[in-house]
Amino acid sequence: MATTEAIRIAVPARGAGHDLRAVKIVLHREMLRFVNDRTRMLSMLVQPVLWLFVMGTGLGSLVRGAIPGIDYRTFMYPGMISMTVIMTGMFSAGSIVWDREFGFLREMLVAPVSRGAIVVGKCLGGAVVATGQGVVILAMAGLVGVPYSPGLMLSLLAEMFLAAFTVTAFGVMLAARMKNMQTFFGLMQMAIMPMMFLSGAMFPLANLPSWLHVLTVVNPMTYAVDPMRQAVFSHIDVPAQVNAVLNPGVRWGGFQVPVALELGVVAALGLALLAVGVAEFKRAE
Amino acid sequence: MTAGPAIVVRDLRKSYGKVEAVKGVGFEVAPGEVFGFLGPNGAGKTTTISMLCTLVNPTGGTAEVAGHDVVRERDEVRRNIGLVFQDPTLDGYLSAEQNLRFHAELYGVPKSVMGDRIRQVMEMVALWDRKDAKVMTFSGGMKRRLEIARGLLHSPRVLFLDEPTVGLDPQTRAAIWGYINELRRLEDITIFMTTHYMDEAEYCDRIAIIDHGEIVVVDSPEALKAGVGEDRVQIHTADDARAIAALRDRFGLEAAVRDGAVTFSVASGEEFVPRLFAELGMPIRAVSVARPSLDDVFMSYTGSTIRDAEAGGAGNAWMRAMARR
Repeated sequence: MATTEAIRIAVPARGAGHDLRAVKIVLHREMLRFVNDRTRMLSMLVQPVLWLFVMGTGLGSLVRGAIPGIDYRTFMYPGMISMTVIMTGMFSAGSIVWDREFGFLREMLVAPVSRGAIVVGKCLGGAVVATGQGVVILAMAGLVGVPYSPGLMLSLLAEMFLAAFTVTAFGVMLAARMKNMQTFFGLMQMAIMPMMFLSGAMFPLANLPSWLHVLTVVNPMTYAVDPMRQAVFSHIDVPAQVNAVLNPGVRWGGFQVPVALELGVVAALGLALLAVGVAEFKRAE
Repeated sequence: MTAGPAIVVRDLRKSYGKVEAVKGVGFEVAPGEVFGFLGPNGAGKTTTISMLCTLVNPTGGTAEVAGHDVVRERDEVRRNIGLVFQDPTLDGYLSAEQNLRFHAELYGVPKSVMGDRIRQVMEMVALWDRKDAKVMTFSGGMKRRLEIARGLLHSPRVLFLDEPTVGLDPQTRAAIWGYINELRRLEDITIFMTTHYMDEAEYCDRIAIIDHGEIVVVDSPEALKAGVGEDRVQIHTADDARAIAALRDRFGLEAAVRDGAVTFSVASGEEFVPRLFAELGMPIRAVSVARPSLDDVFMSYTGSTIRDAEAGGAGNAWMRAMARR
């Protein structure tokens, strides 16, 4: 190399602008990693598609008589969107454990930026990637009798993003302490399976025994699935009694929880988990 | 830029439970200096470097890097240092350039110079032509070079290199040292490094020998070697017996034939050679002067060779594991 003057860089003092750049680059990396990893993209899609088209078709033939005028897969559709989004988000969060194992986390943690910027970047990255994955499921709406109405698509997108952000924050909180991938994925399976089953993603939550009903009400994922289902059902014609069975909404005692409040619950939970995650990374130093 | 020392360490300590990994070390490093921490694995080198880099909090003592306290002014310290760790910290799924871009954004390198600066540091380590390759396709030496480039990217005042050449083959090690020397010429930088290779310590302006968590001695390699003892001089002559007699008669030196040459020890060999030629009174065909090696230095200060020190003590393995956390 010719002896040119070395370019001298003055690292700026910490400030909002600097932290914002950190958030953006952590998010950007998350997206690059995802786009580069086709296998992961595909494998994240297999499960929901299996559930939707194999399980959904099978179950649908069983319950056809009980729910006239609607395809069971239409009912399962919002649940499968959440499932895709949640699994993808969790995987993104899991990459923190991967980063720790392969040393890259250290590169981030010694940088003169706030831990918060790194964690927020990671959560946004997970949310964006998961939403992107959800779009693929969104594209299949027509196959299960859900109309491609712009209003519906937009509200589903926004709800997906919110759910993805919260679940990634949850994953990041778990991952903050984990030293290896096996432990993380073990724990992730343990957390996700019951949350899926109890969220109304697979079967309707109406007329459940009361012990099961209580579990569904405390399950945070219920509040992510229900708004999506309400959105879908408001765009299709369903007989009232079928709607009552498949789309009962969530009740706290006698109180019918409105969609806005449900979304508020998800958002508040996401922010709380994010705060815990940031605190954990600060303490881990 | 302050003119004070680049690093000031006073009575720095670190304990993990009951194990004292670093037992109160103190030293200063001047700006522009290459300062080496030499010692066997498990001696406390990585723990010390981790404290200086703000990664580990000391349990006692103080340390200032680039004029800032490593505990109270952590961000200030971080803005002024570059790090190359013992274990790679690159993202193998990103390209070489993407790794550097990530670093530049994280350190807030101004956008206007970011591209040029990335190119400059990558050219310095001869990796510019591989900038678009994924890092996972790189060899160990290439990764280390890329990490050095990344450590320099934000023009740190102090560059920390933790065992920069461990696990690399001799040619690659030599190449890495070539880059480090080039770097000293181009950038206004202080280098703090750890190593357990004796031959690498020779590149340092000063070295601190650390053993069992304590600094045994700090000085330049030359002074350390001079302090250990005499140089070994070997001469080839036509008549070895006569040469041995002449050495005894004229200089009072005891010589003997070793490895086919007349061999003797003398305080400063290089200064002795002109006198030898002038006063020996017989032709000398060849002469060689060997300085004591740093191995001899290490031996004289710690009572063991660095290899023995590493082999000894089952506690070392987990001390290392702790230190790497």
